[in-house]
Amino acid sequence: MTATETPPDAGTRRVTTAKAMAEAIGLEMRDNPEVFVMGEDVGAYGGIFGSTTDLFAEFGADRVIDTPISETGFIGAGIGAAVEGMRPVVELMFVDFYGVCMDQISNHMAKIHYESGGAVKVPMVLMAATGGGYSDAAQHSQCLWGTFAHLPGMKVVVPSNPYDAKGLMASAIRDDNPVLYLFHKGAQGLVWMEKNPRSIADVPEEAFTVPIGKAATAREGTDVTIVTLSLSVQHSLDVAEELAGEGISVEVIDLRSLVPLDRQAVLDSVAKTGRLLVVDEDYKSFGLSGEIAAIVAETDPTMLAKPVSRLAVPDVPIPYSRPLEYGILPTREKISAAVKDLLA
Amino acid sequence: MTSLDRLAMYTEMVRIRQYETRIMQEYHADKTPAWDIGAGLIPGEMHLSAGQEPAAVGVCAHLKKGDAVTATHRPHHFALAHGVDMNAMTAEIYGRTTGLCKGKGGHMHLFDPENHFSCSGIIAQGYPVACGQAMAMKRRGTDNVAVAVTGEGAANQGAFHEALNLAAVWNLPVVFVIEDNDWAISVPRGESTANTSNADRAAGYGIPGVRVENNDVEAVFEAAGAAVDRARAGEGPSLLEIHTLRLLGHFEGDAQAYRSDLETVDERDPIPRYAASLMESGDLTEAQAEEVKAAADAEVDAAIQFAIESPLPQPEDALDDVFA
Ligand SMILES: Cc1ncc(C[n+]2csc(CCOP(=O)(O)OP(=O)(O)O)c2C)c(N)n1
Repeated sequence: MTATETPPDAGTRRVTTAKAMAEAIGLEMRDNPEVFVMGEDVGAYGGIFGSTTDLFAEFGADRVIDTPISETGFIGAGIGAAVEGMRPVVELMFVDFYGVCMDQISNHMAKIHYESGGAVKVPMVLMAATGGGYSDAAQHSQCLWGTFAHLPGMKVVVPSNPYDAKGLMASAIRDDNPVLYLFHKGAQGLVWMEKNPRSIADVPEEAFTVPIGKAATAREGTDVTIVTLSLSVQHSLDVAEELAGEGISVEVIDLRSLVPLDRQAVLDSVAKTGRLLVVDEDYKSFGLSGEIAAIVAETDPTMLAKPVSRLAVPDVPIPYSRPLEYGILPTREKISAAVKDLLA
Repeated sequence: MTSLDRLAMYTEMVRIRQYETRIMQEYHADKTPAWDIGAGLIPGEMHLSAGQEPAAVGVCAHLKKGDAVTATHRPHHFALAHGVDMNAMTAEIYGRTTGLCKGKGGHMHLFDPENHFSCSGIIAQGYPVACGQAMAMKRRGTDNVAVAVTGEGAANQGAFHEALNLAAVWNLPVVFVIEDNDWAISVPRGESTANTSNADRAAGYGIPGVRVENNDVEAVFEAAGAAVDRARAGEGPSLLEIHTLRLLGHFEGDAQAYRSDLETVDERDPIPRYAASLMESGDLTEAQAEEVKAAADAEVDAAIQFAIESPLPQPEDALDDVFA
């Protein structure tokens, strides 16, 4: 649980991350007729990864729109509707498909506000599934959040659990800026994929928000800081629990947003522990893990008792075969070993 | 078309079907009781082509050494019909070192340079690549052709249109194939596509466009023959839309709750239908049909055995092959 969001006051129920996302969208749709959803298989199917579960039944084909396989077309259309003041929630089924629509995302969605000198707002949400671990291979397993966060003009949020998924979605829809909302397939709580129990949790039924740009201390600790996000938060919490039994106290910082990035949360934790491990399921070089290391290096490297450690995908495409894929993913075993190395 | 041609096409369709039926069984066998897409000897997404064999077999019957095929996320039928080695392909699907791609690619990323076969999990992106292969063939003065395959859902993707125009304006030896199986995952064709025949889109690029109805392998054979001949003769690309059938879910595990035509699916299966018609015309006997199936099963058994007995890669092998 985190300290920064609106406190839940109604009864809570256990829901999956996927259901939590869909609930947030549904609540906003009830509240605001300008909110609508479009994407591939978001209608009767409910989204391949459950992000629009039950929305079609409630709102119908007029507000939950199945699109052709034309990502440039419908993401561009989302931008157009947004500049007219509507609040579209658009799904790109897998983030890996960014290649066929990146111009709309980067050159239009993310730049129009700046290019127009602030005259034109683009209040849209672009959501996409990320991540691997189930042998979907090189074109369906990437995270890529670092790629988008590198490009100015869009907020990038990456929830790790049902509560944040719901609260961040509400914030994203209400935000006047384009928000890229990246959810990890392995953290959706899907019945057909191996899942961590952390993907199903108590979530209030009513609408609430989690602020964009605030990291959460997912677990407090004193020996080592793990800065991470998305599914790797779940892995890191598992490792922290296990290592607690060995007398190692791990603090886990869940970034939740890459843009804006909560630099202070990183600095505060590292000031306390003096040891920093960044765990990132995205590619290692030129990305998030380097950015987090730079925050400390630029501010005060003397905070560190040991050099920064980075555990990320070692700059290879995601391979298919399980031994290969698990060879490059940041697994619990590798996280645990990296923590111990920092303390050695 | 001779009686032998007919029997060969039937045999190839059965070979593909027996292969995929077995892959389907193996895929599900060790994913119970809690069905987990990432578990088992064959993990990951699995898109089977059952029902679409007439498209692959009718087209590939015209291909020869040096001809290229770019297939889709649903690649098995075209791979087998185009001569990709069943053992190496199966080992790839099992993620083994003896696989086509040493376990790096998987079922959606089968690469066989010897047969100029490839596929991609990104919709319509094989179309431009086929144009490039055709450029190479043309510049080298061969009479080879490149076949590009997509589903009907992919005809609404930009790359599809860019490739058609490129091939037309550069007069490239490409045969563009669309497999219209009525569905793009859960979206029926009519809800995503404004026209009723994608063959009509060919006119926009000034190339011939033909739509083959009824999932009929002989009709595909005829239409594909004309398109391949045209390309070989240097007369440029053609577009062929084949109305076919997705007998199964989009991927294994798809409950198909959205699917309105499910009841009639089995009766539209092209293989029993073709068998019946060949028996009626005297081109196939019961005994032959049994033999064809038994031979296919034996080949499939051997391929699965080969895959299972092959070693899995080592984790550190993941670091190889990023660059040449
Ligand atoms: C660019 C892109 N967008 C979306 C997808 C997800 N996707 C995979 S298959 C598919 C449906 C394809 O339909 P169709 O082209 O008709 O082929 P079929 O699956 O029916 O064989 C979709 C949307 C993708 N792989 N690539």
